[in-house]
Amino acid sequence: MQYWHFSECAYPDLPDPETYDSVRVTLPNGVIDPERAAGLWDRYIREWQVADECGLNVMVNEHHSTATCMNSAAPLIAGVLARVTTNARILILGNPVANRNDPVRIAEEMALVDLLSHGRLDVGFVRGVQYEVGATNSKPFRMTERMWEAVELITRAMRTHDGPFNWEGEFFHHRQVNIWPRPYQQPSPPIWIATGTPASAAPVAAHGYKIATFLGGAKGTRKLFQAYRDRLEEIGKPPAGDDMFGYAALAYTGRTDSEGLDGARKLLWYLQSNKVAKQFTFPPGYMPYSVRAAALRGPQPSGPGAPAVSPLPDLTSMSVDDLIDQGILFAGSAKTVAGQIERFYNEVGGLGHLLLMGQAGHLGHEETVRGIERFAADVVPAVDRVTGGVTV
Amino acid sequence: MQTLDLVDADSGVDFGNGVYLDTRAAGSGDRVALLLPGAERAAENATFVESLAEEFSVVVPSHPGFGRSARPDWCTTVGDLADIYVDWLERSEASDVTLVGLQFGGWIALEIAVRRPAQLARLVLVDAVGVKLGGPLDRDFADIFATPYAGLERLYYADTAFGLGDLGSAREDDVLEMARNDEALVLYGWEPYLHDPRLGRAIERIDVPTLLIWGSHDGIVSPDHGRGLAAKIAGARFEEIDGAGHRPQVERAEDVARSITTFAG
Repeated sequence: MQYWHFSECAYPDLPDPETYDSVRVTLPNGVIDPERAAGLWDRYIREWQVADECGLNVMVNEHHSTATCMNSAAPLIAGVLARVTTNARILILGNPVANRNDPVRIAEEMALVDLLSHGRLDVGFVRGVQYEVGATNSKPFRMTERMWEAVELITRAMRTHDGPFNWEGEFFHHRQVNIWPRPYQQPSPPIWIATGTPASAAPVAAHGYKIATFLGGAKGTRKLFQAYRDRLEEIGKPPAGDDMFGYAALAYTGRTDSEGLDGARKLLWYLQSNKVAKQFTFPPGYMPYSVRAAALRGPQPSGPGAPAVSPLPDLTSMSVDDLIDQGILFAGSAKTVAGQIERFYNEVGGLGHLLLMGQAGHLGHEETVRGIERFAADVVPAVDRVTGGVTV
Repeated sequence: MQTLDLVDADSGVDFGNGVYLDTRAAGSGDRVALLLPGAERAAENATFVESLAEEFSVVVPSHPGFGRSARPDWCTTVGDLADIYVDWLERSEASDVTLVGLQFGGWIALEIAVRRPAQLARLVLVDAVGVKLGGPLDRDFADIFATPYAGLERLYYADTAFGLGDLGSAREDDVLEMARNDEALVLYGWEPYLHDPRLGRAIERIDVPTLLIWGSHDGIVSPDHGRGLAAKIAGARFEEIDGAGHRPQVERAEDVARSITTFAG
């Protein structure tokens, strides 16, 4: 099993939620104290360094126009981590490719980070969440098709070394694709795709990319991974090893169960602060019109909405016990957390990567560091005894 | 999940190009009015269509992707829509056609008029989008995709009693139709937003008498914008409808129909 420390690098000092409609898209950035934001970045980067020093890997993602995630340019932070970490692999999960206009630029960024890190980069792609079609002006229609065209163009750009090729597709046009520099790893860094539904798992399997999913719980994740495994069988490819499957959960390890649960409660800020106005949660075209119509007819969310990456609509109202029970949160003492992960591993039919959101909201630096260190020292060896270590 | 039943080759009207549209025909006058709706629900235009049908043979298609009309994959731009209707005009036996474009349909009507089909006798634009007049910082058209539904109704109607109100208690088919129309609007009008930059100049090609009708309380695209658009079309007349929002054909159906009938002479 490989473990990846992850934080969305929130700006957690928000006004009373009653004073704004949406933490995404419209909350003015005047809320930010630049000095405080810079200090937060110092500590978030330090936490990734701690993870590296403890033998864990690191993961970054990006979001736009939101206080829940100050990382608006994942390749930039990955470039920083390339120079301030030593051994960790660096996973970007992901580049929101349907929300970015220039896939060739993404290929260049990935190649550069791969060189800066001497080949420690894993390249992940996601479609991009619906809240951000406004921030990026991306048309929320046929975004999955746009994502796949971008992935095809980016991977081809990373793997082509004999001069320019031509790309005139449905969404992107480049007549001279020949990126300099080329990536360090050959033929390219490992490719991941994050997705949430079984139907979208099939093309990931067909391409031979790693699949990951966020906060889907054990049941949903099992279905997703099974769809991937089924697709491989359908097209006559050999079964996938654990290394092809990743899962992102919230995680906090304490000295005792009680301390672990205290830390975990602070992580729930991530679920509970995602107050998003309906018009940004359901842009036309992002989902089938019938799904949107049903949502528009449903109750107006008065409180926070669940993170869009999770297929579980009631995430925000679930108790800590429920979240643990469903495999969305791993929390407690090291022994308890190891047991929860072992159970999850068995429930989903095996996986090789745990993406651990070990910091969110107001969880302080010292607490975050203690959680990471305890996980690395006591949970990792215990889980590896059961699942076997996976070398990347 | 509930979806709308779309028309097919049997139940729709053949517009050529393999396109079959859910189409309403009304009236039996000698003169044809091709009425191109916007993103409102088809039923909202019922009174207006009846009023117009007193003078015209009115043909009202739901555009591909809107309402109950299917959309072929190749049809992705307002230009594609205009081509479908130009082909239909050319294949029809009609002459002296009055083209009426409502809101988004006004954009399509502008695209048709700059193609100068011989059958086109006059053009009527009602609170039309399609041409941006302001600069980069100006929002010519309210961002409907960033506006909560309750706020949208206040932009669409001077009297919000014309809207669906609480969507939770609205008819399911009405919300489905609205949602499908919104999706089509995203497809055709997301970027550039509800306009085509080349139309700003191309509309100088329009060579038929043109009337612009505008709701005095349009919250999506202002009457001032309408006056500015009229100023760019040679000889165009501008009429404001008091007490109407973005969809005056819904709120003041008879008045709008009367203006058109008078204009057509």
